[in-house]
Amino acid sequence: MTVPGIETEALRPHAEDAFAEELKALAAADDRPRPARWRLSPWAVATYLLGGTLPDGTVITPKYVGPRRVVEVAVTTLATDRALLLLGVPGTAKTWVSEHLAAAVSGDSTLLVQGTAGTAEEAIRYGWNYARLLAHGPSREALVPSPVMRAMAEGMTARVEELTRIPADVQDTLITVLSEKTLPIPELGEEVQAVRGFNLIATANDRDRGVNELSSALRRRFNTVVLPLPATADAEVGIVARRVDQLGRSLDLPASPDGIDEIRRVVTVFRELRDGLTTDGRTKLKSPSGTLSTAEAISVVTGGLALAAHFGDGVLRAGDVAAGILGAVVRDPAQDRVIWQEYLETVVRERDGWKDFYRACREVSA
Amino acid sequence: MSGPAGPALLGVRHHGPGSARAVVAALDQCRPGAVLIEGPPEADALVHLAAEEGMRPPVALLAHVSDDPGRAAFWPFAAFSPEWAALRWALTHDVPVRFIDLPAAHSLAAGGPGGQQQEQEQAQEPGPGDPRPAPRLDPLAALAGAAGYDDPERWWEDVVEHSRDGGPAGGDALAPFRAIAEAMAELRTAYGDDDSDGSSGDAGRDTVREAHMRLKLREARREFGDDIAVVCGAWHVPALAEKRTVTADRQLLKGLPKVKAETVWVPWTHRRLSRHSGYGAGITSPGWYGHLFHAPDRPVERWMTTVARLLREEDHPVSSAHVIEAVRLADTLAALRGRPLAGLTETTDAIRAVMCEGSDVPLALVRDRLVIGDVLGKVPDSAPASPLQRDLTRLQRTLRLKPEAAGRDWEFDLRKDTDAARSRLLHRLRLLGVGWGEPVRSRGGLGTFRETWRLCWEPELAVRLAEAAVWGTTVESAATARAQSLAHEAKALADVTTLAELCLLAGLGEALPVVMRALSERAALDTDVGHLAQALPALVRSLRYGDVRRTDATALGEVAAGLAERVFVGLPAACSGLDADAAARMREHVDAVHQAVGLLAGPGVPGESGMRERWAAVLTVLAGRDGLPGGIRGRAARLLLDDGGLAEGEAARLMGLALSAGAAPADAAAWIEGFLGSGGSLLIHDPRLFTLVDDWLTGVPPDAFTGVLPLLRRTFSAFEAGVRRALGEQVRRGPADEEAGRAAEEKGIPGFGAALDEERAEAVLPTMRLLLGTTPTGGTGR
Repeated sequence: MTVPGIETEALRPHAEDAFAEELKALAAADDRPRPARWRLSPWAVATYLLGGTLPDGTVITPKYVGPRRVVEVAVTTLATDRALLLLGVPGTAKTWVSEHLAAAVSGDSTLLVQGTAGTAEEAIRYGWNYARLLAHGPSREALVPSPVMRAMAEGMTARVEELTRIPADVQDTLITVLSEKTLPIPELGEEVQAVRGFNLIATANDRDRGVNELSSALRRRFNTVVLPLPATADAEVGIVARRVDQLGRSLDLPASPDGIDEIRRVVTVFRELRDGLTTDGRTKLKSPSGTLSTAEAISVVTGGLALAAHFGDGVLRAGDVAAGILGAVVRDPAQDRVIWQEYLETVVRERDGWKDFYRACREVSA
Repeated sequence: MSGPAGPALLGVRHHGPGSARAVVAALDQCRPGAVLIEGPPEADALVHLAAEEGMRPPVALLAHVSDDPGRAAFWPFAAFSPEWAALRWALTHDVPVRFIDLPAAHSLAAGGPGGQQQEQEQAQEPGPGDPRPAPRLDPLAALAGAAGYDDPERWWEDVVEHSRDGGPAGGDALAPFRAIAEAMAELRTAYGDDDSDGSSGDAGRDTVREAHMRLKLREARREFGDDIAVVCGAWHVPALAEKRTVTADRQLLKGLPKVKAETVWVPWTHRRLSRHSGYGAGITSPGWYGHLFHAPDRPVERWMTTVARLLREEDHPVSSAHVIEAVRLADTLAALRGRPLAGLTETTDAIRAVMCEGSDVPLALVRDRLVIGDVLGKVPDSAPASPLQRDLTRLQRTLRLKPEAAGRDWEFDLRKDTDAARSRLLHRLRLLGVGWGEPVRSRGGLGTFRETWRLCWEPELAVRLAEAAVWGTTVESAATARAQSLAHEAKALADVTTLAELCLLAGLGEALPVVMRALSERAALDTDVGHLAQALPALVRSLRYGDVRRTDATALGEVAAGLAERVFVGLPAACSGLDADAAARMREHVDAVHQAVGLLAGPGVPGESGMRERWAAVLTVLAGRDGLPGGIRGRAARLLLDDGGLAEGEAARLMGLALSAGAAPADAAAWIEGFLGSGGSLLIHDPRLFTLVDDWLTGVPPDAFTGVLPLLRRTFSAFEAGVRRALGEQVRRGPADEEAGRAAEEKGIPGFGAALDEERAEAVLPTMRLLLGTTPTGGTGR
């Protein structure tokens, strides 16, 4: 899925710089037709994300580990001149994919609008340099273009992060941009018309509370691609273990040698509750209201490690993660608690080798 | 492959729309004098039916052993099956048709008696299904791999099924078939033609079938000349072109086992064509193929429009702009993936991204309704009777149940084998929608072994029976299939429990696992404890039926235990915040669950260990939690008391709490109703409780008294007359009795007097003497 680590490094080169070699090799080997102002053909963009070996022997590292279909649909969407909306729960590499797509398509991933509750229209349209505005009146020179405006003018790919966090009325500014492909500047009686090659990638969290749902008019302008959670338990355990290891080192926690079994258990619990189905596929379960994403599993395990290191014997045990799991699962005290207890009584109690876990959970749930 | 003068060998992929189109084009070009089709020769006599008005694919040729409809094989045909296309072509051009596969008489015999179910599936495989012989290395996969495809299905689709004209425009319509035949020949040399060395008697199935096809081909050439066309699975083409001596082929066919087989047309459905329904050799997307076959042009655009219409009907906002964008995305995706035309994968991806906002939920709808589809075939009325009809006739004979138009009541004693079988038959027919019998209330008989039915045969039932033929060939297999399908469709938990009960009544052990699965899934997802508690008694009842009818109900026990656990967990939360009516209903649920747990916690039920204890713990929570309705708390306390789950004096403490001054009188009255609801003799025997009730009642303020009176009256009027009288007397005796009660409390035997009542003891003495044999004179006593 994600390639953790790179995201958290303080000094982090942009994708187009970090993988400049690969992009160059791909461009050289790429003889397929390219849409206007694209640095690579759609096929090459897909290869850049999914990895592969070029005829000249250059190895392209996979940037996204997940279903091929997802990347193909995403790239094709951009090639058909439609805006792309990447949806997914936290920790599914939405930002990562959007950055690499922009880097591969336009060679520039920096035309970025970070969506927050405070994002104003100026961030999407344009602002003013007030000193100039007062001194010389409205003019093109006094205008401060937004990343979206620059992308339109230059035929590049713009990115909007966390689109659903932006207030609804500001979101709707994008409608004209995406349908008319122009950005009017009424103050000057002018407009900026998008050049061929302009496109927009937005990311949004589909299981977050308190977000601003997209209006259907805006939604219609996007093709939606949902980035899935890790497909197999092993992949997810791998991601959690790697990330926990990195986090633990930065927190100076001792590595727990037997921790992997406990991590596997946490991941199993998360996956089963998330999917509403036990791993053997025999029992259906209710899903709690929390997202139970991989990111949360990571924090549960990290918390458990800290508990074990500071208050336990240094070995990660069921008791160390039980409280963390309870906190992650039971978000809604009434509904989720019943779901959690049902899970404990119908699944965990009967499972071989989970006795300690069952007892620990009973203890904290009581 | 085929020589210029020889017959045209048209190798196809069964159920491939491209193949069907190509076959029609090829037939139009070479205009053969006869058409030979892979299929059971017994069906030759039925061919004319295919031209009739009432015949609508999908239909299937069904061959079954005459006296055992359970042993059957199907050859399904959809509108887009090449075989069907060839058949229709021949009929419209008035050209004779022959089926050339191994006769069903042999293929059905090969399975032998006993392995009915297996036979059905095995025999299915050689029928139109898949050109690939199952057990060997997949030859198409090898071809696809050579072409750089990872999915053989997709390769075949790109190369054959998606080609719109079956060849270059105006070119030779036979060219693609020649290419396929060559490829297959290569494959057969690479992977070996079955075990065709012919050294042993048990020559492979395909070898024998191909030998038979060759013989039939030779026969046809003698009859019609060389100008004939053969439509068969691509894999068989090289074998048919091969030169073999007649004697060698005859040798292979010698001594094959044979049974008497009959062939009929039966209606089929797209769902059964699809792989989802569990038949080994199916296709994943009959609806999509049907669309490809029927769409005159622009298949992707038309498909997207159909999808949009479906989604709109289901209230998903999908506009024409969505359709346009979806088509563009699908086409570009196909280009990116290097495919000539957007296939099902591309269109599905596009629909998901553009029309469904990335969600798989509406997509599942598209898959179910369109990609698979609900098309139901039809067979003309003139077609011979279905095997289901025949099976029923046979059963009616053996069970001596004549179909009579006049209603007549039958009483069955389920302990007798014949009666049990009759009951099962009627229940099965009811499941199939053939309402021949209606269960009526037993007149005199109590007990679960008695059943009364009113039987009335109406002519329309024959129609129902014909419709039910889709489900299977025997009443049992059809009812099983129907029950399984109902289990999938059922929405509410109660529907599935009823179905489970029906399955047990109808003795459909095979359907039970599916039904149980559906049941446990619905139970797991149902958040209403009321539903769960409602379902539990029905399940436990079914468990008991299982005993009477000697059916295996272990699975049922497991599910019931799981259901009980869920009820335990959810009950305390579900009991809070209820109004009076809801509380009364919940109290009934608590009672029902209590009974069910009593029955369930017997030995042999999985997960029963400790179930009683866990239930007792739940009851303790209910009895002790403030804020729950009084009736439920009282009921829980009573149930605990009856089971000995309350410590000495605990009941009195709970009652004291519930009836103390702080509690609202109405709530306290409800508590009493809950506690005493199942009988008041407890009050007579435990003076402490009696005193508590008495004290509380006298302490209720006058204005509240009128409020609690109806509740109390309802509670006390339900007691037996004797109990009421005894209570009345106790009240009249008043405080004296109370003192006696206190005295008894000191002695520690609740319910007994302080000292011996000599007057009453005296009455027992004569009997005691009689029993002990002592002389009456010896102890005249006082």
